[in-house]
Amino acid sequence: MQPILDMRGITKTFPGVNALTNVNLSVMPAEIHAVVGENGAGKSTLMKVLSGVYPAGSYDGEIHFDNAERKFATIADSENTGIIIIHQELALVPLLSIAENIFLGHEPATRGVIDWFEAFARTKELLKKVGLNEHPNTLITNIGTGKQQLVEIAKALNKKVKLLILDEPTSSLNETDSNALLALLREFKAQGISSILITHKLNEVLKVADRITVLRDGKTIDTLDTHTAKVSEDRIIKAMVGRELTDRFPPRDAKIGEPMFEVSNWSCYHPLHADRQMIKDVSMSVRSGEVVGIAGLMGAGRTELAMSLFGRAYGQKISGEVKIHGKTADVSSIPKAIEAGLAYVTEDRKTYGLVLIDHIKHNITLANLEGVSSHSVIDEVKELSVANKYRKDLAIRCSGVFQTTVNLSGGNQQKVVLSKWLFSGPDVLILDEPTRGIDVGAKYEIYGIINKLAEEGKAVIVISSEMPELLGISDRIYVMNEGKFVAEMAAKEATQEKIMRAIMKSWDN
Amino acid sequence: MSDVSSIAQAKPDFIRFVKSNIRDYALLLSLLVIMVFFQYTTNGTLFKPVNMTNLILQNSYIVIMALGMLLIIVAGHIDLSVGSVSGFIGAIAAVLMVSYKVDVITSVIVCVALGAFIGGVQGYFTAYYRIPAFIVTLAGMLVFKGLALTVLGGASIGPFPKSFQLLSSGYVPDVFGGSLFGLPFNILAMAAGAVVTALIVFFNFRERRNQQAHGLAEEPHSIFLGRNLLVAAAFLGFTFLMAQYKGLPNVLVVMFALIALFVFLTTRTTMGRRVYAMGGNEKAAKLSGINTERLTFFIFVIMGALAALAGLVFAARLNVATPKAGAGFELEVIAACFIGGAATTGGVGKVIGAVIGAFIIGVMNNGMSIMGIGIDWQQVIKGAVLMLAVFLDVYYKNKA
Repeated sequence: MQPILDMRGITKTFPGVNALTNVNLSVMPAEIHAVVGENGAGKSTLMKVLSGVYPAGSYDGEIHFDNAERKFATIADSENTGIIIIHQELALVPLLSIAENIFLGHEPATRGVIDWFEAFARTKELLKKVGLNEHPNTLITNIGTGKQQLVEIAKALNKKVKLLILDEPTSSLNETDSNALLALLREFKAQGISSILITHKLNEVLKVADRITVLRDGKTIDTLDTHTAKVSEDRIIKAMVGRELTDRFPPRDAKIGEPMFEVSNWSCYHPLHADRQMIKDVSMSVRSGEVVGIAGLMGAGRTELAMSLFGRAYGQKISGEVKIHGKTADVSSIPKAIEAGLAYVTEDRKTYGLVLIDHIKHNITLANLEGVSSHSVIDEVKELSVANKYRKDLAIRCSGVFQTTVNLSGGNQQKVVLSKWLFSGPDVLILDEPTRGIDVGAKYEIYGIINKLAEEGKAVIVISSEMPELLGISDRIYVMNEGKFVAEMAAKEATQEKIMRAIMKSWDN
Repeated sequence: MSDVSSIAQAKPDFIRFVKSNIRDYALLLSLLVIMVFFQYTTNGTLFKPVNMTNLILQNSYIVIMALGMLLIIVAGHIDLSVGSVSGFIGAIAAVLMVSYKVDVITSVIVCVALGAFIGGVQGYFTAYYRIPAFIVTLAGMLVFKGLALTVLGGASIGPFPKSFQLLSSGYVPDVFGGSLFGLPFNILAMAAGAVVTALIVFFNFRERRNQQAHGLAEEPHSIFLGRNLLVAAAFLGFTFLMAQYKGLPNVLVVMFALIALFVFLTTRTTMGRRVYAMGGNEKAAKLSGINTERLTFFIFVIMGALAALAGLVFAARLNVATPKAGAGFELEVIAACFIGGAATTGGVGKVIGAVIGAFIIGVMNNGMSIMGIGIDWQQVIKGAVLMLAVFLDVYYKNKA
């Protein structure tokens, strides 16, 4: 039998990075094909190549679909041939109805006048197919995420889908909704529709997938057939993380002291959906001189935890206690949290970390203007010497401290953000994805800075999706999943497999 | 080796500096060109002492409000209510002083406090409820326009007590009573002008020395000297003209003090820095521990107080409070800030820019009126100038 989709030798490079190298993926008709891999393994990039987000010509390799070579220039091209992708972030308009969303862009109309009876009738038919019992007039905002997912699928069916791609479809669904969705995939399979399932949840993969392709570092590592051989989660995890750790981390001599930062029974709810608990009863402690990593998959709640701790910058109905130096600390607002000795280096430095239109000097002193002023008047000479000190200490490569931060490289921007927080004189630093989008050399420098901070006796918490990084720089690791801490291990004893298993196990429960 | 490279770099540095600061120089140059143009088309009327004095008096309230508006725009907001608020405060002042015979000092204090309170209310909704300032102040514009009518009962109230009129029509008294070429010449005004000029040049030189000591002097020497020479000449020439008429208007002194205060506030204080950071990236500013809500609230309070002061100056100048007072002021004030280089997206703008912007509009108003151009075409031309200024800003930003 001919595969319906055959991607051959796909190579995609971004400036400085090989996102995909010679990746092959073939999907048979009426097959459920799972694509698994760590964060950053290249799954999303591969799907963007397939769906035309990255147009033909911007990558190397061939795509054959439905008995012809395809060169998609836009998403519309791929949709017209029957490839429909459903993203993790749902692309529905919340204040329009189910019917309006399903027909958005292809409304049944004559000369621009929409035939709503036709639209409703067809919507009802489609909703029946996906097993959703809602009135077509219901607004999207009034139905849960699981049902929204089904609306997305109904929308796909309306476009005569031949290959359905689901990117982390169950990441925000509960058990029942997840199972219903997987059952639906099986039903589509029976009707001859193929699907590609991208997910971190290996138990789901093993439940429904016919074949599994494992990606790692932008390369195809393995394709496993669940019918010909018994495939276990361990087998998949090994393929996912089986990279060798080389000397990518500066040596470190940890001197761990007294408990510096203690959190007990921390809970927090989604800022908009008051009934959605994002952080569930988390307790942790970090000692002075210790680097503690928080591992987890995307959406595990790590950033939410950090931001809710940092002056309630995220969430509502926050409860729990924070102790710094053994004393209860008031972290109820950001200025108070900074005052208490907390610093948070954000995951998204461009949106939350820097004033990009301003220069390095102004960015470095922003969180501690009192430190360079007397009676609210800024001492420019003092400010300049502070900026130049951090420029030297952290080796910020720039033409001068008057360079606008928007023109700096990612690594140097990150150093500016770090400088800002170091100048605020914190005891506890929370670094959220401190090396995201930074090249290997700058990463090494950032690790060195983290080591130095710990040696100075600060408590450092590192959130990272790169497990080798966490294993390389931490003393201890908490594993987080679905808003809870599901495991804690000393970094010496931790392995990527152990972390992955802890996450998978928490789903099984 | 290093000598050779510094010489080789000298020229590109000069060009690069001019290029990167072209906006500031272009603004000053435009004001100059516009003034020369109207001096020519009005057959020399523009620079006559009496007209120069009038120009100051006519524009003082716009300049005063532009100072506050600059803060608001840099913070990423807008205030449409300033015209109505200034009109309303003028009406309140008239009722207090003329109808209830409250003394002038008390009335002025009450009026400025009321303006600050009005600004505070609008700032409260903008800052703490996150209602767009456009909506809040649009509502304020309608409310205070209506309230001004109500307070005045639809009629005009005046005249004001003599001492209040002095705010706008008074001059710093001449103690010397000098004369020049047989005409009266205000020596005090000239002396004050000379002192202020000397101070500005002194501070500029001190700052430059400071910069040089830390290796920060970016501005080429020729430009620095030229700039100071131009500023000194403009100031001295200006006071020379004023001295030939009645001397320094009181309102000029007030205006000048406020400009100095706001330049200091925006460039040297932590509050000023925080306003720029907030306008540049509100989320980053908030996560850096800046209380963005309180800051927003506070700049609206300042704006309200300045709008009130402007309303008093305007009422004192007309010597009557009319229901129409303040109508359309907000547009000239906002235009002044944008002509002066403030960015619509927030985070960018200078006090001096806004002041020059206000004077560009003022000179155009004045010059076109003397030329006898109708109010209809004046509006068309002013609109076109605003559009051109902002277009050039955006155009060069995209090119850079």
